[in-house]
Amino acid sequence: MTESAAVAPTRNSRFLRPERVKEATLLGIIALSVVVFAFLIEGYLSGRFFNRVTTSVVVVTLLAAAQALVIFSRNIDLSVGSMVGVAAYLTGDYLTATGQGPISALIVAIVVGAVLGSVNGLLVAYGGVPAIIVTLGTLALFRTLLSIYSEGANVLAGDLPSWVLEFNNVTLFTIAGFEVRLVFVIAVVVVVGLQFGLARLRWGRRIYAIGSNPSAAAQAGLPTSSLVFWSFVGSGALAGLAGFMFLARAGTISATAGAGLELESVAAAVVGGVSILGGSGTMVGAFLGAVFIDTLKLSLVRVPEVSEFWRDAFLGILILAAVILDALLRNRFNRRWSAEARKAMEATGPTAAGMARMAGGGGTADA
Amino acid sequence: MRDWAAKHRWESILIVVLAATIVVNVSLSPFYLGFGNFVNLFWLSIEKIIVVVVMTFVIINGEIDLSVASVMGFSAAVMATLYEGGEIPFALAILIGIAVGAIAGLLQGVVITRFGLPSLVVTLAGLIGFRGAARVLLEDRSVGDFPEWFERIGQQTLVGPFPVALVLFFVGLALAWVILERSAFGRKVYVIGNSADVARFSGIEVDSVKLRLFVASGAVAGLAGILFAARVGAVQGTLGETYELDIITMVLLGGVSIFGGSGSMLGVVLALFTVLNIRNGLGLANIDGITQTGVIGLLLIGSVLVPNLAQRYRLRRPRAEAVANGPP
Repeated sequence: MTESAAVAPTRNSRFLRPERVKEATLLGIIALSVVVFAFLIEGYLSGRFFNRVTTSVVVVTLLAAAQALVIFSRNIDLSVGSMVGVAAYLTGDYLTATGQGPISALIVAIVVGAVLGSVNGLLVAYGGVPAIIVTLGTLALFRTLLSIYSEGANVLAGDLPSWVLEFNNVTLFTIAGFEVRLVFVIAVVVVVGLQFGLARLRWGRRIYAIGSNPSAAAQAGLPTSSLVFWSFVGSGALAGLAGFMFLARAGTISATAGAGLELESVAAAVVGGVSILGGSGTMVGAFLGAVFIDTLKLSLVRVPEVSEFWRDAFLGILILAAVILDALLRNRFNRRWSAEARKAMEATGPTAAGMARMAGGGGTADA
Repeated sequence: MRDWAAKHRWESILIVVLAATIVVNVSLSPFYLGFGNFVNLFWLSIEKIIVVVVMTFVIINGEIDLSVASVMGFSAAVMATLYEGGEIPFALAILIGIAVGAIAGLLQGVVITRFGLPSLVVTLAGLIGFRGAARVLLEDRSVGDFPEWFERIGQQTLVGPFPVALVLFFVGLALAWVILERSAFGRKVYVIGNSADVARFSGIEVDSVKLRLFVASGAVAGLAGILFAARVGAVQGTLGETYELDIITMVLLGGVSIFGGSGSMLGVVLALFTVLNIRNGLGLANIDGITQTGVIGLLLIGSVLVPNLAQRYRLRRPRAEAVANGPP
């Protein structure tokens, strides 16, 4: 997680930028909840629990990244759950039929996801249909196509090549019982790569610019349609990758696989400080949001006093608490910075940097 | 007629789609035109369509309420738990159930207006949290054996052959129509949806309007949960799960802008008729629920896409002529 500081843009001299405050706060909350759970649950701080969280968080992490990618440009993708289902099922089908290895399976899953994502992208970017309408429609549509294709049959774990179910347990190295597993490393690499691209590369900054103000971005001559299109393709590809991970974890895939993941992915991104209004937030934040939600889910079931039925009720309260805290912090920073910027303007007259500070948006400050 | 169609493009499209659906349905099944089928059409979706009416207000106001289905489940779970306890009269349990829905809405409304948070986020937390609360109350049990009058509450005929639930729905709909399009409150809902800032500077009490809408949304969702319980005769923690998507789809299909500020009750009612008729027709043709949902999804996208493309085509031609004629 230390990478986040290294890859975040450094042109802005301010150290306490909002996204960094958000990430640090969330990291603190995660640490705090781990400490609390350690008191409540016997033998909690063991390698086994670390291994379980890092394995199970992979799917949600990839989906939170998929979601964040489109939310940054002020869109939303409610179809990720259905895309996971389709990608997992088709990849499972392909492996059952051919018995191929991991590389070709990964390619199939990612391509399936990207194709589905391109349908969303075409309709949003070139059809002029709002993302929430398109993806609400494809949420149903992709699921329907899968249900027709599957004819009610499941992909069965027993028919898959044996490497699939072992894929989750492939361990790169072990430190004192803490296994660093391949699937987790893949997820982290994806997050760090996207964080770098979004923070440092031209397409990334442009996506933030679109999310901050779509019409200003278009007026400034940015290729908004193609950027939005490709962010949906990227979101689909990530959902496809998540579909592969889903297959590796579950083995048996029905036509309803992955249903409901769309809301979990939005929740993870939002808890991670990604603004639903676009233009601000980070990939690392979304990742931390996913880790937080997954840690809670896996820990709450082990607290003896809490029945499994309490899990969602707690989760709802915690998500709410996280966003309220976020709003309070943001208001505080905005007030302080606009006061600073006003002072700077009185001294030197309006400058671009001063105006950007007035706007006070986190990721947008140097976009 | 042509003027009306030009002014109400969306409604006109929906009327055509609806007419086509009805024609296809009539040719598919001889049962379709029966009175029993007509009543069934509404009764089998009563819990969804009453929420659609209030959701129309919320979305025109520029907000969204994703928690409605979970609030339905929570209200029904509260009612069922109180009934099971047997300490208070059942009628009171029903009222408490509805009140709990209103409180759930109030809670979310306060957080949204007080902290200026997007309703999408707050009600997403509500969706997860209230569903969780319903599960806490009922775990994986199913509560049933309600008094007979309760299970017949909707089917009891009231005016001529029309059952209570249907009469209530149409009365409520008429009321909602008047409030939205013929009252000061309704105008405020539109103005806020167009621009909350403009509304605020014009002296409209934005937060109070929003708060009232979320309370109404919660209360109606609570009522819907209880009607659902009456219809199926049992309550489980999962009651109504994922209904929010169906409900929002019907509102958007009705031409209400997801960004707020525009839409009409007529459009929503037409969309509601269309969706119910399509599902009914597909059901009569033995097509399963998942496929029905897919068809609705396709219709949702198509209803925005087709007019968009048509408009672009119309805009492109005069521009091409202008270029050919050179600058004026």
